[in-house]
Amino acid sequence: MTAQIQTKQTKQSKQAVVEAAGTNRGRQRRIGVYAARIAVFVVVFGGWQLCTQLKIVDEFFFGQPTKIVKQAITWFRDGTPYGSLWTQIGVTLEETVLGFVIGVVLGVVLGIALGRVPFLAAVFGPYIKIVNSIPRIVLGAILTVAFGLGLESKVLLVIVLVFFSVFFNAFQGAREVDRNLIANARILGASPGQVIRQVVLPSAFTWILASLHVSFGFALIGAIVGEYMGAQQGLGLLIAQSQNTFNPNGVFAAMFVIAIIALVAEGLIALLERRLLAWRPPTATGAADA
Amino acid sequence: MIELRAVTKRFRTGDGNVHTALENLNLTIDDGEFCAVVGPTGCGKSTTATLIAGLEQPSVGDVLVDGEPVHGIGARTGFVFQQDAVLPWRTVLDNVAAGPMFRGVRRARAHEQARDWLRRVGLTGFEQRYPHQLSGGMRKRVALAQSFINEPAVLLLDEPFSALDVQTRSIMSDELLALWQLTRPTVVFITHDLEEAIALADKVVVLSAGPGTVKAVYPIDLPRPRTVAEIRFDPHFLDLYQRIWDALRDEVRVAYARQTESLEAVR
Repeated sequence: MTAQIQTKQTKQSKQAVVEAAGTNRGRQRRIGVYAARIAVFVVVFGGWQLCTQLKIVDEFFFGQPTKIVKQAITWFRDGTPYGSLWTQIGVTLEETVLGFVIGVVLGVVLGIALGRVPFLAAVFGPYIKIVNSIPRIVLGAILTVAFGLGLESKVLLVIVLVFFSVFFNAFQGAREVDRNLIANARILGASPGQVIRQVVLPSAFTWILASLHVSFGFALIGAIVGEYMGAQQGLGLLIAQSQNTFNPNGVFAAMFVIAIIALVAEGLIALLERRLLAWRPPTATGAADA
Repeated sequence: MIELRAVTKRFRTGDGNVHTALENLNLTIDDGEFCAVVGPTGCGKSTTATLIAGLEQPSVGDVLVDGEPVHGIGARTGFVFQQDAVLPWRTVLDNVAAGPMFRGVRRARAHEQARDWLRRVGLTGFEQRYPHQLSGGMRKRVALAQSFINEPAVLLLDEPFSALDVQTRSIMSDELLALWQLTRPTVVFITHDLEEAIALADKVVVLSAGPGTVKAVYPIDLPRPRTVAEIRFDPHFLDLYQRIWDALRDEVRVAYARQTESLEAVR
């Protein structure tokens, strides 16, 4: 009896030891990853700082990390030549988000329409391919001339950039809907509209959400390039102005602000994705980020 | 009553040829009857089901349900598919409530009905799960509840249990029979498994190797209620099995020979 209890206990403690070793190993691995990340940061930025200070690389062209930070702090504290930095960020974000939303809606609606109606796909397919093969960023030049230095020209450029990436994904997603799901919904009594809203759209969502990551990046690029080509406010204008005054630190500082915006947006989209795709088995959604 | 009169169904294949799935098929199934359709691979069993459901139209001949020709999907038709066809992004409860909600029943009422049917298929407590969190047998139960909640007059089942393991299959068969007894729809059960067909049905229809046509019809006079796992030890069951298998065997051989032929032709 006591022997039995003892073996049971040793078994339990053994298991506990094994588990502890497992979590230990996991923690060690994580610490290793973070240490390596910091090392990469130190090497890249330290190297940059060192090279510019030792005049191996010309600071006039490549800027210097400490001066970039100083520039950013100045902008935050004292504002930019075009008003406070927050205003610039606000203007760029407004263009980005407005264009992004319109572009996504247009892309999803047209993508699903063409994906579900073969006649439409046959008629418009070639035209969409032609327009898609144009380097669309160049349209920014025309749009700035046609619609002026204000909001419209940037929003239009963003829409053009976002639309295609969302459109092609929505189109593919709408075409690849499981035929059994549609047949089943129809037999259960779904009208054609209900099939689109409740079967095709959710099914294509996996594809559409995947495209949102890329297309938000495009949206930011569109807004910045639009501003760079001609604007009265915005981060793109800040880059253009820094370039014109031979201030590489300004260019980099603006780039870092943009990078932070992109990272935050990426996080929000990932959050949205996790919420909307909660129905998927964890193996498909998880393992994306540690 | 379901009637198929001199039905022929042709499909255009991907390479431009015409494939005849069914040829001059005649079949009558009475109200409330449980009819199993067996036949070798590629004999047009599934096509028969899609024609009765109204998912496809016959090339020649008529398909009638209660004397009316079938044009499109009937409101009182149910269909259980071979593969999973429940909506993966909906919870079990919302999947079962889908039928009534598509048909304009209010959400609260539809959920109430769905809970009722989930209880009948033994899935109480799983309402908020997603399909991927269930086992294959449980997903099939969701599919059954999803069909039965619409109280179909005609229920078509296209090899519904073929993806399940043997034990789960006989349990599901018993549950199907219990549900059928409850609402007594006319059932057309498509299968390649003769044992399953005899254990479940009032009538077994043997189709010939493609293009499919009715080779023979066998009434199954085994007593009900039946327990699927045990009825196969009944001497009368074996007797029936032998007789029907004699008819089916030749068709299976023809189908198999044709299949190997076409594979060799491809090589």
